[in-house]
Amino acid sequence: MTVSEPGTPRAGQPKAGSEMEQVFFLLFSAIAVGAALTVVLARDPVHSALALMVCLLQVAALFILLRSPFLAAVQVFVYVGAVMVLFLFVIMMLDIRQVAIERFLPRGRIPTLLVLGLLALQLVSLLLGSRLVDEAPDRVAEATTVAELGTRLFTHYLLPFEVVSVILLVALVGAIVLVRREGAE
Amino acid sequence: MELTLAILVICIKLALIAGVLLLLPVPLTWLERKVAGHMQQRLGPMRVGWHGLLQPIADGIKLLTKEDTIPAGADRLLFKIAPIVALVPSFVVFITIPFGENVTVLGHEITLAVSNLNIGLLFILAVIGLEVFGVILAGWASNSKYALLGGLRTCAQMISYEIPMGFAVIGVIMLAQSMNLAEIVEAQSEVWFIVYQPIGFLVFLIAGLAECQRVPFDLAEAEGDLGAGYHTEYSGMRFSLFMMNEYIIMVLISVLCVLLFFGGWHGILLPLPPLVWFLLKVALVIYLFMWFRFTFPRYRYDQLMTIGWKVLLPLSLANILITGLLL
Repeated sequence: MTVSEPGTPRAGQPKAGSEMEQVFFLLFSAIAVGAALTVVLARDPVHSALALMVCLLQVAALFILLRSPFLAAVQVFVYVGAVMVLFLFVIMMLDIRQVAIERFLPRGRIPTLLVLGLLALQLVSLLLGSRLVDEAPDRVAEATTVAELGTRLFTHYLLPFEVVSVILLVALVGAIVLVRREGAE
Repeated sequence: MELTLAILVICIKLALIAGVLLLLPVPLTWLERKVAGHMQQRLGPMRVGWHGLLQPIADGIKLLTKEDTIPAGADRLLFKIAPIVALVPSFVVFITIPFGENVTVLGHEITLAVSNLNIGLLFILAVIGLEVFGVILAGWASNSKYALLGGLRTCAQMISYEIPMGFAVIGVIMLAQSMNLAEIVEAQSEVWFIVYQPIGFLVFLIAGLAECQRVPFDLAEAEGDLGAGYHTEYSGMRFSLFMMNEYIIMVLISVLCVLLFFGGWHGILLPLPPLVWFLLKVALVIYLFMWFRFTFPRYRYDQLMTIGWKVLLPLSLANILITGLLL
């Protein structure tokens, strides 16, 4: 299996590998969808969080199938490793079990359905309008090595990169200010 | 044909690694007790077998035959899968670790790694981070305050120490110009990176100690104030899975230390085979970890956080800066 090596020639001509790839794609996406459903349907918030973790891991696996091992590692690092741990932390600290059984919005069923339907409509129209439906992004990440990604980030995308880091810094400082009580020190 | 052969080779490698990792804790527990014994002027295990060599087997039988209790009010499903969730990442990480240069068997070139990822180092750091889930789940599912507190402590500790660990590694990546572990080792064929990266190594070692929850950072299972931490409620084989995980993480950190800072399989002075050199170095680092355990007292929780955020993090940042200036 040469899935993890971004340099391998690919695309166009069907090989023995591409069939296997499809099997893996079906496996990963099926688990991802199942897990995503569990996130919504599970009663216990901790179970939901875990299912979300499984879902994110499957997405990372899909990134590897798309020849972007770097994105996959970052996905695991940031989403599964950091964000999910914080989720679980909060859920456990607040002992959310009792609260979660009660409805978040008492009489909110119809508005919720409406908004959900709107979102679904938007998603479907986006999907149908996209040219990615016909052509898979085959060679997008083929040549991206970590070094190249870094160079791009610090030359071509320097401004967005800096803006994002400043925003993150502001969020960080904001969180500290919010947590710090008056006269605590 | 070609594909079948490739799959076969991968399967053999996987089986080998899994087998070695599953068996490694057996000699390591014995060694740890012996080291402990001799440091405290005792003999350690002596009764079962020659110098207690069969002691781990006796322990294994004991653990296997013990009753597997699940506390009342526990989340049964999570309680059962937690040890497995903890164990899986530590096995997965070994997929990308190279154990030597390529060898040629029957005309086929075989890499001594299951998959030599180009982003190997990043992959390892990312996957190690998942190990904490097992601990959190165990703590939460047990429905016990000691276990929950232990789990939360571990969670905070691991997040805090993963950051300096990642930063400490950046110096190595800058020097080697690669995240591929085999290439990093290749870059050290002349001079080991410990020469250029003494601060990085120090930070990595300390953060690694915290990552594998060993003394002086074993706050998650501080017997004195938390029973046994997150695995208070576990018994029998499930408990032993947690123990095994601890040893495998220790081996992993030792292997990483050797690969990143001590030249991997490159030897000095003696012309031993590369694999022997590699194992020798790993064994030395493992011994160092055991030595620490019986030398240092445990830190307090606030001290632990102070060390992580106020000492190690600035140090690792300074290390990156210095490396950048010197390059």
